[in-house]
Formats: sequence, C-alpha cells, structure tokens
Amino acid sequence: MQFFLEVLLGGLLSGVMYALVALGYVLIFKASGVFNYAQGAMVFFAALTCVGFSEMGMSLWLAAPLTMLVMVALALATERIVLRPLVNQNEITLFMATIGLTFFIEGLAQLVWGSQVHPLELGIEDVPLQWMLDRTGIAVSQFDLIAALICAILVAALAVLFSKTKIGRALRAVADDHQAAQAVGIPLQYIWAVVWTVAGFVALVAGLLWGSRNGVQFALTFVALKALPVLILGGFTSVPGAIVGGLIIGASEKLAEVYLGPMVGGGIEGWFPYVLALGFLLVRPEGLFGEKIIRRV
Amino acid sequence: MAIAARKSGDVILELSNISLSFGGVKALTDISFDVREHEIRAIIGPNGAGKSSMLNVINGVYRPQQGAIRFHGEVRTDMNTHDAARYGIARTFQNIALFKGMSVLDNIMTGRNLMMKATFIEQAIYFGRARREEMEHRRRVEQIIDFLEIQHIRKTPVGRLPYGLQKRVELARALAAEPKMLLLDEPMAGMNVEEKQDMCRFVLDTNDQFGTTIVLIEHDMGVVMDISDRVVVLDYGKKIGDGTPEEIRANPAVISAYLGTVH
Amino acid sequence: MFYREAGQFKTSYDADSQIFPIRQDRIGVALMLAVAFVVVPLVATPYVFSAILIPFLIFALAALGLNILTGYAGQISLGTAAFMAVGAFASYNFVLRIPGIPLLVAFVLGGLCAAAVGILFGLPSLRIRGFYLAASTLATQFFVVWCLTKIPWLTNNSSSGVITAQKLEMFGYAFESPASKYLLVLCIVLVLALAAKNMVRCSIGRSWMAIRDMDVAAEVIGFRPMRTKLTAFAISSFYCGVAGALYAYAYLGTVEPEAYNLDLSFRILFMVMIGGMGSILGSFLGAAFIILLPIFLSQFAHGFGLPNSIASNLEAMVFGALIIFFLIVEPHGLARLWQIGKEKLRLWPFPH
Ligand SMILES: Nc1ncnc2c1ncn2[C@@H]1O[C@H](COP(=O)(O)OP(=O)(O)OP(=O)(O)O)[C@@H](O)[C@H]1O
Ligand SMILES: [Mg+2]
Repeated sequence: MQFFLEVLLGGLLSGVMYALVALGYVLIFKASGVFNYAQGAMVFFAALTCVGFSEMGMSLWLAAPLTMLVMVALALATERIVLRPLVNQNEITLFMATIGLTFFIEGLAQLVWGSQVHPLELGIEDVPLQWMLDRTGIAVSQFDLIAALICAILVAALAVLFSKTKIGRALRAVADDHQAAQAVGIPLQYIWAVVWTVAGFVALVAGLLWGSRNGVQFALTFVALKALPVLILGGFTSVPGAIVGGLIIGASEKLAEVYLGPMVGGGIEGWFPYVLALGFLLVRPEGLFGEKIIRRV
Repeated sequence: MAIAARKSGDVILELSNISLSFGGVKALTDISFDVREHEIRAIIGPNGAGKSSMLNVINGVYRPQQGAIRFHGEVRTDMNTHDAARYGIARTFQNIALFKGMSVLDNIMTGRNLMMKATFIEQAIYFGRARREEMEHRRRVEQIIDFLEIQHIRKTPVGRLPYGLQKRVELARALAAEPKMLLLDEPMAGMNVEEKQDMCRFVLDTNDQFGTTIVLIEHDMGVVMDISDRVVVLDYGKKIGDGTPEEIRANPAVISAYLGTVH
Repeated sequence: MFYREAGQFKTSYDADSQIFPIRQDRIGVALMLAVAFVVVPLVATPYVFSAILIPFLIFALAALGLNILTGYAGQISLGTAAFMAVGAFASYNFVLRIPGIPLLVAFVLGGLCAAAVGILFGLPSLRIRGFYLAASTLATQFFVVWCLTKIPWLTNNSSSGVITAQKLEMFGYAFESPASKYLLVLCIVLVLALAAKNMVRCSIGRSWMAIRDMDVAAEVIGFRPMRTKLTAFAISSFYCGVAGALYAYAYLGTVEPEAYNLDLSFRILFMVMIGGMGSILGSFLGAAFIILLPIFLSQFAHGFGLPNSIASNLEAMVFGALIIFFLIVEPHGLARLWQIGKEKLRLWPFPH
C-alpha cells in the first residue's frame, strides 16, 4: 500500500509537469488554432540557452531573465516570419509549419550551444522528503515536490490569466472567432505574440526543471511527446482538461510502468499514455471536458 | 413523364412527429408532413426555423430524438446516410459542400460511386471491369454535364469556379446518382437573376424529364410559389403551415411569421 | 513550341482518361524510363547506386504510401516508419520461418502485415480526427518499435533487436551488385507507383479525396467513411511496409528497430510536404529533394571545412526553414511548381 502511494504520488507530481507543458500547447491552440509541434523544441531551446548563459559565467538569476528575452524574440520572430504569412491557411499547413520550426529551433540551439549534455544545478536536492518519510513512511522526492509546486503555481496563474484578465478575454475572443475578434478591434498579431511568449516562458520553466534532472540535452524535446497524450485526453482547447489530463497521465503512466511493466519487459512509458488516451477517446470522442459537437452542414 | 402523373403520385416519404434538439436548442418540434412521388415540395421559413435540420433528418445526417420516418415502405426512427443514399436520396447543401481538391468531372463521378462494383485490385491494375466501369459511368456523367451546360469547365478544379457554377456542379453531383428524391438546400441563394432562372429551369427539367421527386428549401418566395406543388412552412422549429402555394399565401399564421408580428 | 497539345483530339473517353493524355508527356516518360533502365545502369557508380538512387526509390515508395493516406485521404500520420518496420521485420520472419518462400512473396506478405497493423491503428480515425489523430499515430510509432525491441521472437532472439536481412535472391538470381539491386527496386517501385496512379484516378481514389475534402458530403453520397479510411490506412501501410522491407533488404542490410524511428517518419512526411500532397509525382520529387539536400549541404560544409556536427545542425535548420518556406510560397509543393512550369511551356512563346 505504501509503495502504491509512493508511486501514485510520484506520478501525480510528474503529472503536474506534464500539465504545464500541455498548457503551453493549449494556449497557442486556443488563441491561434495552431497545434504547435515545436513546443518540445522550445523547451529544449530555452533550457539550453539558459544553461549556455550560465556556463558563460552568469548566475542563474541573470541567465533566466536573459533567456526569457531570447524567448520573446523567438516568439516575435515566429509570429512575424511563420504565422503571419500563413494566417489564412488551413490548420494542417500550420501544423506542418511548426514541424519545420521544430527542426529549425533544434538545429539552431545545438549550433549555438553545442550538442553535448550540459549539467544544470538548480540547488534543489533530489532526496526524499525527511519530514514525510518520518511521519508516513512514504518517500517523496523533495525535488519533485518543489518542481510540482512551481508548476502548480504557474498553472494556476495561467488559468487565472486566461479566465480573469483583459488579455485573457481578448484571447478567448480570438479563440472563438478570428474574424469577429479582429472586427471588434482585437489585434490578432499582438495576441499571437503574447501567447507565444507565454508559451516560451512555460517552456523555459519546464526546461529548467526537467533539465536539472538528467542534464540539458536533446532528449528534453521528448517532453513534448509526454504532453501529447495529455492533450488527446484533455482536449486541445481545455485548460482544466490539460490539468486533469496531466494528473491522470502522470499517475497512470508510473503505475503502469511499475505494475504492468515487469510483466512485459518494461519501457512501456513511451506508449502507454497514448494507448490510454486513445482508449478513452474511443469511448468518449469529445475528450474529458469537451462538449459533443454535431457538425453543421 | 406526364405532368398529370407527377401531381398525383403516392406518398413516398412520411415524417411523423419529428423532434430534434441540440443541447438546449430545439431545432424541430413535433413536425409531421409527407412527400408525394414526382412532386416538388418546398420548405420555407425564416432564418433558423429548422429547414436545413429537416433535410438533415431526412437523409440521416442528424438523428431526431423523437418521431418516425417512413421511406421505401419501411418505418424507422432515424435514417442513416448510407441507407438514404442507397434508397436514392441525393442532396445539395446550403453551404456548398463540393470536394474542393477535385475537378468538376471527378466531383460528378463521385455521385456514381454506389453503382461502381470493381474491387480495389481491379482498379489498381485498371483492367477489365474497373476500366469498363470508368468509361460507362463517364458516359453517363457526360450526359449530366450536357444537361446542366457545364461542358466548358469539366476539367477545372471546383475551387476555382465562381459561386453560381459551384452550385450547379453540386446539383450535377447529386443528379449523377440518378436519385429518386432530391433534397435541395437553398439552391438559388446568392445567385443573380439570370443564374436563378437557369437553376429554376434545371430543377423543373429534372423533375419533368427524370420524374425526380424534389424537396426544396428556398427563401425567394417568387420562385417557391412558381415551381412548387406543395409547401411546408416552419417557424422556430414548428410547422405553421402546409398546403398548396395558394393556401400558404392566404394562411394568416404564415403571413404574420413573415411579417414578424408573432413575437 | 514543342510542348503543345493543339491538334491532339480525344475521340474516346478512354483516350481522355489516360494517365498521360498529352503526347509529349508520353514521349517524355518513355525517355525517362529508357534513361532509368538503360543509361543509368551503364553510367552510375556503385556509390551513386547505393547512396542516392536506391534510397531515393525506397523513400519515394514510402512517401507514396504516406501520400495516399495523408495527401489523398487527408489523415495525418506521424507513424510512417512504424509501418515500414512492420514490413521489414515481417518479411524477415517469413523468410526465416518458411523455408523456400520466394523473397517477393515475403515482401508482399510483409506489406500485408503492415496493412493489418495499419488497419488496427487506423481504427481510431473513425472516431477522432485532425490533430487528435496525428498525435495518436505517434502511439503506432512508439508501440511498434517497442514491440520489436522487447519481443525477442520477432528478431530471432538477436541481441538488441538487430537483424541481418537474408540474401536478396529472386527467380534464382542473387541481386548482389548495387546496379542489380537498383534495377530490382526500380521495377517494384514503378509497378506500385503505376498501381497507385490507377487507384487514385478510379473510384477508390475519389472516395479518399471525398472524405478528405468534405466528409459529411462524402457520406451523404454513399461513401462509407469506415471503409474508405481503413482502405486508405491499409493500402498506404502496404506501400510503406514494402518500402520498409526494401529499406532493410536492398539498402541497409543490417537493421535494428530504432532505424525506423520518429525521425524517419518525419523525413518521409517532409518528402510528401515538399513534393506535394496528393500527387504521385510529388512523392518522387520530394524524395529526391530530401535525399539530395543533405548531400549538397555536407558537400558545402566540407567545402568550408566545417565539422560534421555543425553540418548536421545546419542541415536541420535548412530543412526546417525550407519546409516553412515551401508552405508559405507553394503549399502544394514541387509537383505544383512542375505543373505550373508545364502550363507556361504549353503557352510559350505566346503567353495569352
Ligand atoms: N449542428 C448543430 N449544432 C447545434 N445547433 C444547431 C446545429 N444545426 C442547427 N442548429 C440550430 O438549430 C436551429 C435550426 O437551424 P437550421 O440550420 O435548421 O435553420 P434553417 O431554417 O436552415 O436556417 P437558415 O435559413 O438560416 O438556413 C438553429 O437555431 C441552429 O442554431
Ligand atoms: Mg438552412
């Protein structure tokens, strides 16, 4: 039982991280209808840039804001060079463009900072939380907990940003109907630049947290692949969907790996979340929180 | 096709007590009417009255929550699109639903898919039955192209055509199926007078020459009164009138719905 | 002046629906075939065969497969390499376990296995669409590669799943020289390309495009979405499976499951995008482009004395940038450019 709880908790904590990355997708998808495949590359790019700066002798407190500036520049450039010329294209074209963007960003990051593994030290130790271990006997990594906390705060902040603020309202208006939003004077380009910047910020946080575990390396781009099942499950447009989906995927993935994995030779983390999400969709095609849509003709 | 036969055909489609809602929106409430063979049956009503939903129920795109549909001697609670197509119901859409990436000819050829029997292997080697079928159906399609006077645009991708011609191609695609019943959702919307006249002529010719039963949604009252045999009037998802054009013209409920004095 | 169809009248529908209705095109194609079958084998070096021509043909076949699914039937797939893997490993097992089975039969069976897997993973497409489907095709990618690494039987208990493809022997002839392998691959690819061309101009091809362009209307006309989508998945996967088998037997020789990773899936997707969605010719043009580009880039990098790592990163950037460039400038890819060029030529020198 204790072991089960340990695994479950560990899963939920990583689920919070998945939720964060998934939110990056949701933001962009809601505001521009783009399935941004480059999100994973952005995570990698942000972390690598930050580490690169700190390897040049900067403290993390300087490197991170500087990286954020780079991410803003990236967002602006993406909006200007990629999205704007494609504004009236169909969604598949836009999706493909972000795949192109993925390759570009990954190449650029490694060209500038090199392809080797860069160690990253955030100063949070990855040891079981003593307090918890003493009281309940459950070992939960202190690092996981803090990381999850940071993510949770960020997720909450984004949820508020999206539902309560003026820019959030503008965002939702754009999400509902591009043309109508433009007609009432919401500048589309500005909104897009904002969401891509926010997505860049999410990428930076996720990249730093993830990167500090195994070092900043190309494998970071696979973070994106972890978030996709979350999106399938929670829906591309739903903020609560991303959060709940993240938790479900995180928990079930770890449980499956621990209990199911040994039976089939392990390593099922790669595909299990997808199969789970797919199975769910087959039963409920509208996803966790989506409404059933009957297409009009 | 004698005109007299046309007017006095049997009832071939009967809708009884159809209700359909989307979440909270009631699109159709307890609607019953019938369609006779060879007639031109119009459905009219203000925007959002539920006309398109009605057509969607008839050929199985929407499933009504209540009611029954009798077609082809069979009573069922809902239609499904494939059965509808096999029974010979074809249609056009309010917002043109052509296959944008294909040429006019290919679009019309799709209308004949139910009559094509060659397996994909035969098609892959393009030999024997597959090739014969292509040629045979191409010949029929060419007749429809002639009938609708669109020879000059045969090979054009439909995306490049002006609106009026697209509507005509959509009609051609529906006719290619040699339907018994044709559902037309605002076939003349957005057309200029000349195009409207052409379209009217095609609808009437289809009805005369092939004996096709036609259910038609149209906003242009002049057209409706001219070409239809009987008219159903919907308003807010309810049926408020049913009868010949003359009866409809004199129906007070219809008049007030159209003049907007009801609400 | 030479490329003019004036005076060529079609007197039957049969003549009008040929693959190449214009005489000059037919001559051009005949010339191309003559070059491919006669001139190339005479002049090409072994390097050109095994580093350019053979992979080009194999990738073109895989791109053709993906194009059927994505370009014609409109179902995005990020799992192409998985179907190739199924084709390769299934063929390997058929040859291994059924003594005396002709290799060609094994390839076909391998393709059929890929088709079966394609149908299985195509099932979700009946309920989910668009990006949800794209994301879920990744499941195919990860699951298949995982199976091949974890189930030793599939790889004949070899360590880490590496297999060595059996000798390429058909009709009692061993295809050993690069030139002979090239000719074999060329024949297979041409036959399958012709079959694909035939399918897309017949009813089945129209059913794919109809579902792609406007699925409700397609259904109303009588196409069955399930059958249409699943045939697209099956036939597309068959093509990919055969391509995967050729990839193992005629190109790599020794393969591990990881050779069929997500990167390969993307590479093939790029071929389709750059070559032209919904175009058979485009699959070939795209494959040629994606094969040749790295070669040019590495030559270029060599010329400037850049180290390999920089060259490969530059390659990724150029790839990415080109994709975006193409999507902005010509979303229909090289095939459309080719067509536009031809239309210009048709009117030349009188442009109106
Ligand atoms: N797929 C759908 N999902 C949700 N609501 C729908 C759907 N289709 C129709 N409705 C609603 O049902 C009602 C009737 O719509 P319908 O399209 O049938 O009207 P209509 O009479 O064809 O109007 P118009 O003249 O504008 O074409 C409307 O309130 C519409 O919003
Ligand atoms: Mg309508």
